[in-house]
Amino acid sequence: MSAHTSPLHPMTYSTRGADPATAPAFLAPLDQVGAGLPGSGLSWLTELRTAGRERFAAVGLPTIKNESWRYTNLRDLAKTSFQPAAPAAAVIDLLPTVRAEGQDGPRLVFVDGRFRADLSSVEGLPPGVELLSIAAALNSHADLLADHVGRLAAADDRPLVALNSAYLADGAVLHVPAGVQVERPIELVFVSVGSETQATSCHPRSLLIAEAGSKAVVVEHHVGRGAGTTLANHVTEVFVGEGATLHHYKSQRDGGGAIHLSHIAATVATGGCYDNFILTTGAKLSRNEVVSRLDGTEARTHVSGGYLVRGTQHADTTTVIVHAQPNGTSREVYKGVIDDTARAVFQGKITVCPDAQKTDGYQLNRALLLSDGAEIDSKPELEIHADDVKCSHGCTAGELDDDALFYLRARGIDRDTAQGLLVGAFLSESLEEIAEESIRDAFQGIVAGWLEEQK
Amino acid sequence: MIEIKNLHATVDGKEILKGVDLTIRPGEVHAIMGPNGAGKSTMSYVLAGRDGYEVTQGSVTYYGKDLLAMEPEERAAEGVFLAFQYPVEIPGVGNTTFLKTAINAIRKHRGEKELDAMQFLKLIREKTKALGMSDEMLKRAVNVGFSGGEKKRNETLQMAVLEPKFAILDETDSGLDIDALKIVAEGVNALRSPERSMLVITHYQRLLDYIVPDHVHVLAAGRIVKSGGKELALELEKNGYRDFGASEAA
Repeated sequence: MSAHTSPLHPMTYSTRGADPATAPAFLAPLDQVGAGLPGSGLSWLTELRTAGRERFAAVGLPTIKNESWRYTNLRDLAKTSFQPAAPAAAVIDLLPTVRAEGQDGPRLVFVDGRFRADLSSVEGLPPGVELLSIAAALNSHADLLADHVGRLAAADDRPLVALNSAYLADGAVLHVPAGVQVERPIELVFVSVGSETQATSCHPRSLLIAEAGSKAVVVEHHVGRGAGTTLANHVTEVFVGEGATLHHYKSQRDGGGAIHLSHIAATVATGGCYDNFILTTGAKLSRNEVVSRLDGTEARTHVSGGYLVRGTQHADTTTVIVHAQPNGTSREVYKGVIDDTARAVFQGKITVCPDAQKTDGYQLNRALLLSDGAEIDSKPELEIHADDVKCSHGCTAGELDDDALFYLRARGIDRDTAQGLLVGAFLSESLEEIAEESIRDAFQGIVAGWLEEQK
Repeated sequence: MIEIKNLHATVDGKEILKGVDLTIRPGEVHAIMGPNGAGKSTMSYVLAGRDGYEVTQGSVTYYGKDLLAMEPEERAAEGVFLAFQYPVEIPGVGNTTFLKTAINAIRKHRGEKELDAMQFLKLIREKTKALGMSDEMLKRAVNVGFSGGEKKRNETLQMAVLEPKFAILDETDSGLDIDALKIVAEGVNALRSPERSMLVITHYQRLLDYIVPDHVHVLAAGRIVKSGGKELALELEKNGYRDFGASEAA
């Protein structure tokens, strides 16, 4: 792999406010499961796991004293005793999909973080495209993994990435060779089942590699099928080669007992495009970190999404876009709907490095508060070290338009339906960021389902 | 029949309507004229059920039912229609989706079968053609980017589709040039029928040249102070509202 030789700048991220006292409870189970993790003969992997373990032992879970975690408190996690999820042979039917009924396509399914070959299919992929689990790839594609795993997601300054590395065992691997276009969307399905008697955890690590000139569409689904407390601590590393395009869409609709933590780190080479969209409707606590770095010239990235929360849900979206090279374009459109006493956090940072002249950056976060108890904490941040750039950002929070609501009701449309129409309209601006029509429709369906539940 | 009796209403604690009495029979078109600040728009919002307009005294009986006890959507479903002075722009909601949702909500309330996509399209094509509206206006978001005339035509289209029993036209002529006014008035006149009552609220007599009322009332300082036939409108046009204790500021 040579497409990504640009130097990787360390990401500024403080571990101030970390709390090592929380570490032992999360690391203790490693004494039992550690020896059984796959790939134990690979020295780079042993080093990565050990470094992760040591780092997490030193810092523990992030606390709200850390600037990046000011609005998302993991205190309840520290109070819960999590055990690594046991392999689940559960029958899972009605797997989520963006495909039309009767259509099949490539799909990897993971239950509680472990690959389930019986539910997965890799048929129909163009020659040369590899789609497999990390556990399998540690045997068959050890060099590919050695070249990529841990290169983007820095464990030094992110405790949860360190914890993920300590437990690194399974996840998804996609490798699209140079020049190959994968037409059909590749689906990655992560099902949380957990246990009714014990809080469980898993730490999936995934790798998406689109080599020069290739194109692929990846759709992630995160769903819950159990009532227990589950913690999924995902780390995904994304490599977009020269002139390659990777569309990466994610729907997180985990169950009410789920804690969903995710760190996506992407690098985009010259002329490449990384297009990310995350729709959050599930989990009691979620944090989606997306770090997208434009490491080549004329690279593009879209980092957009929607968050819809109600009850006592907490959804955190934390994005960092780094323009490291000239003539890059970034676009970020997030929209959120917050009801009841739910809380959402949006932190969006755009960094323009000294070399990144002619950068064009756009960021928008709009939140709609449907009740007096709903809360949004919004923190946009521009850090610009070049002088010839165009960067804009906007953040708004508001309520439903009373005039519009009355207008609809005066035409016979009941309050709930009217509200649904207005909320759907509000969200459509972010959904329009999804370039692939079939996926946009599927995500619109998820939004419609969420609005329907409200009644 | 609509019977408004001794209607008092306040907005932000300030009394705007101070005892309005008015009876409208099926098929009748009544005009309410009055100076600015007389309470004309308050009257239309009270009848349509807008939040923030508090009725402190009096009653409105609508075909035997207590209109004031109903939510806005129930009133609409029972056949009350307010053509807004300033139709609201709703970005992101398509005009077609809006109309279809509205008509099916009302049909459902009336115990009629909801229209499917084909039936709805057929109906809407027929009505838009009669109003000289383009298909393109249906594809846009509700009232977004519409000219004043297009907005009022869109209101008239909604009225034609929803077939109300009681239509309130709030300052329908505002913002319209004479050609647009004629088109809208034609649309409204086409909807006149022995079963349908209308309440036309206007500051100027001009509109009443095109929508000719059966009765004209003068609303001043929250009360109906004079009633008469259509000739009353012409009288007001000549003499203004000075006789009714209101300033002439427009």
